[in-house]
Amino acid sequence: MRMEKLRATGRFLRYSPKVSVFDRRLSSNSGKSIHSSASGYGNGFGKKCRDDVIRKWNGRACFGLYGYQGKNFRDCMERGVLDDTRRIQHRGFGSLAEKVQRNASFSTLNSDDISHFKGILGEKNVVEDEERLTIANTDWMHKYRGSSKLLLQPRSTEEVSQILKYCNSRNLAVVPQGGNTGLVGGSVPVFDEVVVNMSLMNNVISFDKVSGILVCEAGCILENLITFLDNQGFIMPLDLGAKGSCQIGGNVSTNAGGLRLVRYGSLHGTVLGLEVVLANGDVLDMLGTLRKDNTGYDLKHLFIGSEGSLGIVTKVSILTPPKLFSVNVAFLACQDYFSCQKLLVEAKRKLGEILSAFEFLDSHALDLVLNHLDGVRNPLPPTIHNFYVLIETTGSDETCDREKLEAFLVHAMEGGLISDGAIAQDINQASAFWYIREGVPEALMKAGAVYKYDLSLPVEKMYDLVDEMRTRLGDSANVVGYGHLGDGNLHLNVSTPQYDDKTLAQIEPFVYEWTSAHRGSISAEHGLGLMKANKIFYSKPTATVNLMASIKKMLDPKGILNPYKVLPHSIDSHS
Amino acid sequence: MPLRNISLLLTLILSSLSHHNRSSNFNLFNPLPFHSHTHHRSSMKIMVAIKRVVDYAVKIRVKSDKSGVETQNVKMSMNPFCEIALEEALRIKESGLASEVVAVTMGMKQSVDTLRTGLAMGADRAIHVETSGQLYPLSVAKLLRALVELEKPGLLILGKQAIDDDCNQTGQMVAGLLNWPQGTFASKVVLDKEKQVVTVDREVDGGLETLCLDLPAVITTDLRLNQPRYATLPNIMKAKSKVIKKFTPQDLNVEIKSDIEEVQVTEPPKRKAGVIVSSVDELIDKLKNEARVI
Repeated sequence: MRMEKLRATGRFLRYSPKVSVFDRRLSSNSGKSIHSSASGYGNGFGKKCRDDVIRKWNGRACFGLYGYQGKNFRDCMERGVLDDTRRIQHRGFGSLAEKVQRNASFSTLNSDDISHFKGILGEKNVVEDEERLTIANTDWMHKYRGSSKLLLQPRSTEEVSQILKYCNSRNLAVVPQGGNTGLVGGSVPVFDEVVVNMSLMNNVISFDKVSGILVCEAGCILENLITFLDNQGFIMPLDLGAKGSCQIGGNVSTNAGGLRLVRYGSLHGTVLGLEVVLANGDVLDMLGTLRKDNTGYDLKHLFIGSEGSLGIVTKVSILTPPKLFSVNVAFLACQDYFSCQKLLVEAKRKLGEILSAFEFLDSHALDLVLNHLDGVRNPLPPTIHNFYVLIETTGSDETCDREKLEAFLVHAMEGGLISDGAIAQDINQASAFWYIREGVPEALMKAGAVYKYDLSLPVEKMYDLVDEMRTRLGDSANVVGYGHLGDGNLHLNVSTPQYDDKTLAQIEPFVYEWTSAHRGSISAEHGLGLMKANKIFYSKPTATVNLMASIKKMLDPKGILNPYKVLPHSIDSHS
Repeated sequence: MPLRNISLLLTLILSSLSHHNRSSNFNLFNPLPFHSHTHHRSSMKIMVAIKRVVDYAVKIRVKSDKSGVETQNVKMSMNPFCEIALEEALRIKESGLASEVVAVTMGMKQSVDTLRTGLAMGADRAIHVETSGQLYPLSVAKLLRALVELEKPGLLILGKQAIDDDCNQTGQMVAGLLNWPQGTFASKVVLDKEKQVVTVDREVDGGLETLCLDLPAVITTDLRLNQPRYATLPNIMKAKSKVIKKFTPQDLNVEIKSDIEEVQVTEPPKRKAGVIVSSVDELIDKLKNEARVI
């Protein structure tokens, strides 16, 4: 019994990082299967969250919180904006100073449509319940909000195919939705698009223990796959903070990067095959389980990262690496950004094949985590350091790996690259270190309004942008930099008490222009979604974007799949 | 949790005499005559016993032949209660009430890794009694007694139990063998260097119990006593030059034997998945006829 107490506490400590906003969403977000497939710890939060969401929307507090086209809370109340579906429904901030118009060529739902869908899916999986629609219409940051009146929950590829075939014939716009953890408004409706929620397609189809190839349905929650594979002695090649509710189909559709990319590469490398349903309902079987297959164009890559605009991913075949039992995590302090870079170079050289993550956060990010998340403590003595780096190694020989890591860190410390550091002595400590890094987005949410930018930049230039942004914004905002240093991926976040157009005008388009000037990408791993659809030219030349538009036109001539997103609205409206 | 309802506050003053000791039955183990030491305040030594166990975040797997728990290719760490014990010792030392913290462990060669962790947390030096094969609490207690007689610490702190065997016996046994007072399941420890006593709060089922023990004494630590520190790089580096002394049970004149034979180890029965009933009638039927609770 005593031990139970301890283990229970341990479990709590270990899982508390994951009982985040994501998990709360998970339970409130969707259907029965998520409830049953999610581990218990998430469910307890479901009710509370749902209540919060409802209360917020009923009271229209959200408009006050996020601003409505720059007007204040009272204005919004007076106008009764909730009922106006013709107006843009997402909050008027982010990159959407310019308004999006509903594409007039799309039909609106009628009762025949509903009965038709009930014929395909059965009563239960055609959801018109307002409470559930409110959740499906809202992204997790509460930044975007659609006004869809219908959520469909297919259980098979065949059902997805029938849905799309019908929608295509009726000109009904569709938004595919997985765990709805996206950060750029890609997974929620903009207007009244039909939501196709994939959470009931959550079966593992096969797993080959020799090759490590996993075939599963798109609605499998990443964490459940991680647990499934753990029992087989394997791991998923990707891991990210939203693992408790994000789904593999959504991961693939957005080409999610995450924490292990430095070791296992992007999904373009690890995804071996896909089954995709096209806009007209045709099923494309590209569900290969071969590592090498050079027969013609490798079309699956079109669907990895196209954010559901070309087709709905229904099944995924993915190569998973074996689970190595020796994992070490170190949390380190560096005095300046240059030391972080040098440390990365050294780590690649000296830790070599065992390096599995190299993450960084600045002191502003650490302060946020320490101030806003419960149960977090600074692993290091409270001296102010400017940068913190988390290094994870994964290997097969504990003694050897440990010695290697310690020798590397001691050397780095003697050389002045590290000013302090701690090495996790057990799994609980390792989880605590990871929570600091993974908890930054959640801490930012709790701190107030946040403008998020996910940029790929040359590593040596990366932090210059944060410094410049700090100078630009002065005391009016808290500028925070963190991210996947090993991948040259900066998360630039600007935290302010509330959203306002003035701050936004200070940030954009400056941040995009700066990134473009340094030949970076304005979206490293989050995608373009609705937020950055019109910003694509900062990172892609016109000829490229035009070819993308042609491909979109060919695969989805009526433009029903995830409209207003990914491609610029100027091009999109031609289709 | 009943322990949080502090409805009862008992204050017992225990003398160092063994007949007041709750575990006086351990006198059966024929303890050596009590040696009284002079404890110079500045030079008090604290000995902490630590154990290497399967990391408590690891899912335990039973070996297929039921001979024990799988430890091959499994992450091993310091027993969490031992971490708490060591942390407490370090805090006492940092507050100027002790001069040295000695971490000790018994077990096979790899136990040295756990001592290294202890040294990296801040222990001054370490002792490893190298043994092979299974060790039971009584043997550990006898080895500890021998080490105590060698090192003469003013306090011996242990975790209240190890999470692998859950015995919760070693601290009590060694107190009995040494004829020292014991404060088990400590959730608060206050050392008074003037009076040479230590006050220990214990979490008991009825609430909190406060004991006052004469030094030298044995303390076993509970979960809420403190939050152990991390091993920082500078301390990991310093630990490399700290001394780990090795002994064998023979060196300490302790014979390792056990009257206990482990017959087999099996996993607890798996919890059955729940079912969703479709109606109240079905629920009532199941409660009546399947669960037989109504």
